[in-house]
Amino acid sequence: MLLRAENLSKRFGGVAALEAVDLALAPGAVHAIIGPNGAGKTTLLNILSGIYRPDGGEIFLQEQKLTGAAPHEFAAAGIGRTFQNLQVFFNMTALENVMAGRWLRERCSLAQALLRPASLRRAEQACREAAAVLLETVGLARWTDARADSLPYGALKRLEIARALATEPAVLLLDEPAAGLNATETREIDELIRRIAARGITVVLVEHNMKLVMEVSHHVIVLDYGRKLAEGEPRAVSADPRVIEAYLGAQAC
Amino acid sequence: MLPSEFRNARRKALLALALAVAALPLALPNSYTYDIAILVGLNAITCVGLNLLIGYAGQISLGHAGFFGLGAYGSAILAARYGWPAWASAPAAVAAVGALAWAIGRPILRLKGHALAMATLGFGIIVSIVLATEDGVTGGPDGMSVPPLPGIQGEKAWYWVVAAVLIFVVWLAQNLVDSPRGRALRALHGSEVAAGSLGIDPAAHKLSAFVLSALYAAAAGALSAHYSGFITPAKSSFLHSIELVTMVVFGGMASTFGAVVGAALLTTLPQLLTVFKEYEMVLLGGVMMLTMIFMPRGLVPTIGRALAAARGKSL
Repeated sequence: MLLRAENLSKRFGGVAALEAVDLALAPGAVHAIIGPNGAGKTTLLNILSGIYRPDGGEIFLQEQKLTGAAPHEFAAAGIGRTFQNLQVFFNMTALENVMAGRWLRERCSLAQALLRPASLRRAEQACREAAAVLLETVGLARWTDARADSLPYGALKRLEIARALATEPAVLLLDEPAAGLNATETREIDELIRRIAARGITVVLVEHNMKLVMEVSHHVIVLDYGRKLAEGEPRAVSADPRVIEAYLGAQAC
Repeated sequence: MLPSEFRNARRKALLALALAVAALPLALPNSYTYDIAILVGLNAITCVGLNLLIGYAGQISLGHAGFFGLGAYGSAILAARYGWPAWASAPAAVAAVGALAWAIGRPILRLKGHALAMATLGFGIIVSIVLATEDGVTGGPDGMSVPPLPGIQGEKAWYWVVAAVLIFVVWLAQNLVDSPRGRALRALHGSEVAAGSLGIDPAAHKLSAFVLSALYAAAAGALSAHYSGFITPAKSSFLHSIELVTMVVFGGMASTFGAVVGAALLTTLPQLLTVFKEYEMVLLGGVMMLTMIFMPRGLVPTIGRALAAARGKSL
């Protein structure tokens, strides 16, 4: 198993956001985490990227223990992510956003940064080219030199994906990549997720759009009230009576 | 605009600054105006560094006059009391201030929000109190005299020294901004949580910007001490810290030339309007408020955008 978590739990005040959740994610597949609002999906993603520290349980990436590490250490270990509420660097261009994502791959010392030797100039050129290729991959080539704050919403979603891919992650966590997108844009995201998975990157997808989830994922995990309700292949999970009840119950509210 | 053009634009701007600095003496009729120009240069050096912290890394410091004062007194004390030559005392003092900034920045910069502003505020006040009360070493509120820099005498010679240092530190700052580290700093300013998700260690990068900005302030302080030949704790006061922040914000955050322009305007203005001397703080407060209301990006970025828009370029 590539990414493994045991017995994760997280409480906010008296509320248990996650309780005793186990995960075992196989490499190279698309794993979807679904569940009604407040089921703990985003909490789980925040734990898997180091933003929250779990109150109990352990996280392992390729058997390397990550529990308690800082977010930048999760990233360095190979876990990239996007955000449900956009966290784009609006003070930069689209290209610079993606170039910032190359930090782990093309970092430099303070002395190099200040004096800008020829070696850094070459590395910067390589970084620029790699970032431009990624923008093309997500279909944003025409926005390359535009300021991020001038991009439309759908483009910003894909910009975050390109930026996360720039870190060359082993696991990519996508937090509601299709939220707020129209049908055409959702299809583009669907196709993009497939291409990412085809590169051998393990995708963990939190998503409300069931059509997207059923189409792209190999493995679905259902959370409800912070507990794992069911998991398995998309078709089996969607036929599970407990899952149907959780969703209908949530919708009835 | 292509990124390569951005870099060209930066190089052009550096060249423009160098030309302006080289041509300025033609417009300086006497040693009084030279003195103002040198003051501008020294404040600009501090502000270019402070802008790395405030404008790029998005962290506020209300105590940078403290670093300026420690650079000034450090070099002055080594030179006057221990007989060090100024060319050795100044770098030693600057390096010591850098080490101090690292030591106090390390715990502070792990905190979030206004912790840094409050801690630097406290630091600046402590420095000015120590400088004013340790009169055995610092001469207290009366100040102390400082040996000159050997071979550099008179305003004209000093003008070129300060000009050369200013251009050098602007070049360093621009290189930094345009490097992976500069992007990491801007990323932190844009979204700390996203920067972390890219493997950028927020605390380490804030610390390097903090130390660098302290080094800039200390270098300006040491130069200022040897130039004027006499120092008092006034330049390390809270008031001066506020002046420095105002220069950066007014000139334009995240714009190295904005910091230079801000320092130039807010240093010369009170000198020209000597009638307002007593109302300097009112003037600064007014400038700060008007900047925040009418051009929150600051002078240089606002003008830059207006020019680009006039040329019909997309931003």
